[in-house]
Amino acid sequence: MTKQEALFNYILRLADNNLILGHRLSETCGHGPMLEEDIASANIALDLIGHASALYQYAAKVEEKGRTEDDLVYLREERNFFNSQLAEQPNIDFAYMMARQFFTDAFDFHYYNALKNSKDETLAALAVKTHKEVTYHLRHSSAWVERLGDGTEESHQRMQAAVDELWRFTEELFDMNETDKILIAEGIAADLEPLKALWNKTVNELLEKATLKKPGSVWQQHGSREGKHTEHLGFLLAEMQNLHRAHPGATW
Amino acid sequence: MAKDSQGVLWEVFVQSKPGQPHKHSGSVHAHDREMALQNARDLYTRRSEGTSIWVIPAEAIIASSPEDIGSFFEPANDKVYRHPTFYHVPEGITHM
Repeated sequence: MTKQEALFNYILRLADNNLILGHRLSETCGHGPMLEEDIASANIALDLIGHASALYQYAAKVEEKGRTEDDLVYLREERNFFNSQLAEQPNIDFAYMMARQFFTDAFDFHYYNALKNSKDETLAALAVKTHKEVTYHLRHSSAWVERLGDGTEESHQRMQAAVDELWRFTEELFDMNETDKILIAEGIAADLEPLKALWNKTVNELLEKATLKKPGSVWQQHGSREGKHTEHLGFLLAEMQNLHRAHPGATW
Repeated sequence: MAKDSQGVLWEVFVQSKPGQPHKHSGSVHAHDREMALQNARDLYTRRSEGTSIWVIPAEAIIASSPEDIGSFFEPANDKVYRHPTFYHVPEGITHM
């Protein structure tokens, strides 16, 4: 793998993470538990899709094959998406949405902070901007996890169920492969190993505040770095890509 | 009627620039203070409208009522000397 290929793969993975989670959140637009929260979720979805858009443009430029942002989003198959499996998990209920968001936000908060030191100027600049937005996302999802966890009996039980169910997708966030290795050596990628302790601290502190139990050691899912996904991604892509595939080249 | 699950009403005040007064922008529903602040942020400052937000439980605001108009406000009408219209405002003074 050349450095250029590694950089393309790396940016694509980042972009996919933002796009897929953003799309998942956007599915709830108009279905929020209250008007204000509906708008908040849509705002966060827009932030994520904004990050994705900037990253896809950069990926297309790095690749130098004449592909565009739209080609990368609408014309790739499921196995060529590299987002974490956590991002694609469905909106079972509001507690699931918030657990998924909180685990991701806690990771992104530490990750983008580390990426600010990237020797790749574009990635470093994007990281600065993204970190500001993610700081708010984390505050938002943390407040909900705490509110529901330390809320009524039912909200506590549902929040705990969501945390337990999604826990098996959390280790994968820190998986690294050859792409990471090449780019860490170049000072471009952030090493994910030291982020584990930071993420665990953020998560432990909040779960405790929310009176939630941290799940014990459970079977952990891996594979998204190689394009392996849960069954949910295919349906998401089918809906997202349908229009563009039915009307090739369609633009807004 | 089904119980309203939207939370209580909070009034939102946004400051557009440092040093400016906080102005009433509207209201939000929320179940607690942090939610009220976040909802206000999401509804009223997403397009760079603000540098600071206040949220206040609507029930904490004491308002005059329409019947008070006569006794509260009309006595000022015929006392022109109460208005600062006899001063010359130097050029370059803003926010008066």
